[in-house]
Amino acid sequence: MFNYAVRRILQSIPILFIVFSLVFIIVRVLPGDPATAALGDYASQAAVESLRKSMGLDVPLWKQYVRFLGSLLQGDLGNSIITGYPVGAQIVRVLPYTLQLTFSAILLGYILGIPLGISAAVKRNSFVDYFNRVFSLIGLSIPAFYLGILLMYLFSIKLRLFPVVGGGDLWDLGSNLRHLFLPALSLGLVMTAYITRMTRSSLLNVLMEDYIRTARSKGIPAKIVLFKHALRNALIPIVALGGLYAVVLIGSSVMIEIVFSRPGLGSLMVGAIKQRDYTTLQSVMVLYALIVVALNLVTDLIYGLIDPRIQYK
Amino acid sequence: MPVGITQQQRIWLTFKRNKTAVAGLVIGVLIVSMAILAPWIAPMDPLVQDPFNRLSWDVEGHLLGTDDFGRDVLSRIIWGSRVSLMIGATSVLLGLVIGTALGMTAGYFRGKPEIMIMRSVDVMMSFPDLILAIAITAALGASTTNLILTIGIVMTPRFARMAYGSVISIMESDYVLAARAIGARAPRTLFRHILPNIFGELVVAGTLWVGEAIRLEANLAFIGLGVQPPTPTWGNMTREGIDVLINAPWISIFAGLSILITILSFNMLGDGIRDISDPKLRGGEGKGYT
Repeated sequence: MFNYAVRRILQSIPILFIVFSLVFIIVRVLPGDPATAALGDYASQAAVESLRKSMGLDVPLWKQYVRFLGSLLQGDLGNSIITGYPVGAQIVRVLPYTLQLTFSAILLGYILGIPLGISAAVKRNSFVDYFNRVFSLIGLSIPAFYLGILLMYLFSIKLRLFPVVGGGDLWDLGSNLRHLFLPALSLGLVMTAYITRMTRSSLLNVLMEDYIRTARSKGIPAKIVLFKHALRNALIPIVALGGLYAVVLIGSSVMIEIVFSRPGLGSLMVGAIKQRDYTTLQSVMVLYALIVVALNLVTDLIYGLIDPRIQYK
Repeated sequence: MPVGITQQQRIWLTFKRNKTAVAGLVIGVLIVSMAILAPWIAPMDPLVQDPFNRLSWDVEGHLLGTDDFGRDVLSRIIWGSRVSLMIGATSVLLGLVIGTALGMTAGYFRGKPEIMIMRSVDVMMSFPDLILAIAITAALGASTTNLILTIGIVMTPRFARMAYGSVISIMESDYVLAARAIGARAPRTLFRHILPNIFGELVVAGTLWVGEAIRLEANLAFIGLGVQPPTPTWGNMTREGIDVLINAPWISIFAGLSILITILSFNMLGDGIRDISDPKLRGGEGKGYT
């Protein structure tokens, strides 16, 4: 396991390197000159030139690239070209909101999805199964932002139960949770659809195995066969795939943050694109890349731990 | 299953028995017809404004009410289907062509091309589709062509991976070995022997991924990075509607519903096709929802 872990960690280094380079390229080809964008169209030529210089845009591209990687390695994300504040501080301010949203959605997905999936698999082709299939089909099809709008309309505008927009005060638990509820529910329901479906098909697969038939024929009560023999094995892929789902969920969280005007990495990124704030944009993308690569790594390690055969592939 | 029928007939018989898939197909065909027939079935010009009937639900002649400029919401939804479907289909086609070419190259030649292509594919696939798409659109700028290009690029790795897998397995088959043994060059082997055999499954997968492409387009439009107003798309209508959600909820609700129904029909169809190819299991997992 140790060797596998080390090998897998070493493998992610070149991937990170490629991703960082990709971010650099994408941000450099953004239309418009960042210095002109920061100062506005009526700025004097001299002012634009001096800003370009202070931003390090006057040196050749390869030098900019080396500088970019160098400061990344030192953990320096630079200052926003629009506000002038350090990007790192801004990210630290909004990151808790995104993490809170994503984790509660994942949690909700597992809490609701696993029992739903089990009930569907056990009573295959029953009404419960039918309901579950319709629910997960709609859940997989609905764009997260549309679900968010529907819930917002119903619970915030019609029933006035929750605040319409904003992230609330991070340090005031009541306000925080009230602001979190609808965004987390929107994202969590989509997640539930995934987990339900996954649990159902994984459990159905296991229930067809020989050792389940053996257990049953030995006269072991159905409940024990289900929870002790079948479920344990069925849950392996579901738990192990949690990291992968989290990656997908991070994409959806961008949309939910925009619908609910909630602070977070997604809002920060979209705001940066609209303002052409390229330092912020590149930092947010680097951070997303780090999170994604880390999640993929963790998923692989968990898988390796659960299923030792994977370590030798 | 009756005997003495062709493979196609057998697939069709299995398909017909799957009610979900048939429903998905029917809805899909209706939506495509709506897009094609938009100029004839839309009750009004989607761009004509009516300042006296802004944001009103029960005005005569506006079945689904009017928006902030007094434009007919139903007509805008009907016209919007054109943009969404066109971008969805073209971008998937682009991804299919580029991805298949890359995947076949990697699978046929192995070695260096394989490592370079498949590693890049891995890196791209490890990213959430939406974040990749946002980054590329931001770099290219928002226009219809760039949107197709963006979504096409996001779709490319999926096709590459699929084509790669198929080529690898088919390379060992007798007829490919035979073709190579009699001295067929790479292009001939690839286009005459390999491509025709993997094309079918790629097209089926591609058809189903149109739903994903439409979802991506709607997401980008919702953020404001898609086709720009006043051209109606379902995504930018949902976006415009959210500002007036309190007074005129129907704009967002119906525009979003159109997106949901379209993606739903593709997913229903996809489930059915999966059932046919693997009747043992109902319901698998797809990549990427946003």
